[in-house]
Amino acid sequence: MSDAGALARKDLLLELRARDTLPAMLLFVVSVLVVFHFALPQNASARASLGLLWVAILFTALLGLGRAFVAEREQGVLDGLVLAPSDRSAIWVGKVVATLAFLVVAEVVALPAFALFFTSIDATTVAGVALADIGICAVGTLLAAMAAAGRARELLLPLLFLPLAIPIVVGGVGSSLAASSGKYLGFLALYDAIFVVLAWAAFEYVVTE
Amino acid sequence: MIRARAVARRFGDKRALEPVDFELPRGGFLVVTGPNGSGKTTLLRLCAGLLIPTSGELEVRAERGQLGYLAHEPLVYRELTAIENLDLYGRLYRVPERRERVGMLLERFGLWEARGERTGSYSRGMLQRLALCRALLHDPELLILDEPANALDAAGEELLERELEELRRERTLLVASHSPQRLERFATGKLALT
Repeated sequence: MSDAGALARKDLLLELRARDTLPAMLLFVVSVLVVFHFALPQNASARASLGLLWVAILFTALLGLGRAFVAEREQGVLDGLVLAPSDRSAIWVGKVVATLAFLVVAEVVALPAFALFFTSIDATTVAGVALADIGICAVGTLLAAMAAAGRARELLLPLLFLPLAIPIVVGGVGSSLAASSGKYLGFLALYDAIFVVLAWAAFEYVVTE
Repeated sequence: MIRARAVARRFGDKRALEPVDFELPRGGFLVVTGPNGSGKTTLLRLCAGLLIPTSGELEVRAERGQLGYLAHEPLVYRELTAIENLDLYGRLYRVPERRERVGMLLERFGLWEARGERTGSYSRGMLQRLALCRALLHDPELLILDEPANALDAAGEELLERELEELRRERTLLVASHSPQRLERFATGKLALT
């Protein structure tokens, strides 16, 4: 875990210096919410507006995930990291932690903005967002590593990620709207558990031949 | 330490490395030569474990932490300083007395004064020196160096020669170069790719 911590700290330091990802995510999520505010009719239901919140969160995450391996790809650093004797999954854990941090910061801005433009947000929705973030970053980081190795990486990541994110949207919207929100939160937790284990185990095969 | 039998590599339809046989014993120094596109880099990446041969047998008797690899790219983050980059690798490679080792290497390769600058502002020669520091950081048993003299000035090349002369006494070296004249006097073997 110390390797993962060192790699996550490195990613946060890179972002602090380059400011490539987080400002774009913040600007994007606020812009999307503003666009939705004008696109949605005044008397739109909570179901419709919460659905749009999840769309905004997913696409904001996608923006961050698309840049997760840019430094490694452009500067060829992944070879150096892969050759280190540490567990290769530490690279994935470090990236998940850093991407999660960016997404949480974006949501700290996005959720109050959503409450301002649409409808108030309760604790269940916040819990749903928190659980969804883990799943989004776990799956998304694995897929971002796969896409980074390919040629059409900008196309590949959304094509791979969005189908796998459908259960997150189902769980997230359900936790916000359904009477039995606990069931949907449990579903999101189960999704997280399954995909964290799968992505952690599969990462080594993604970054090596 | 390395044994290759008819090792070849394809990328799709393109043959990147024709079948090659060689043996590099522990303590040996093998220079790999050949024109551009002959497969020198592919061979070195195969030996480093970054690629898998399409055919043939390749045995490398060095654990992952005992291999130092110098690539075409310096494999460092441009937004981090030299010290931050080497410190990160030092952590990942479990280098004992990491800070002292990093400082000693930066001093030896003439980068101490620039240690606090982001490597994005380094010249190509400085990046190559830093890449050599990174490859030597964990004092590996097996060194795989791809064009180590690349972008180095005359002083850098002299420094590299001194290092190689020192290293060949205790380490196993596999070095690719398209102009190997200066390296051949240290070498125990030569492999010419066509």
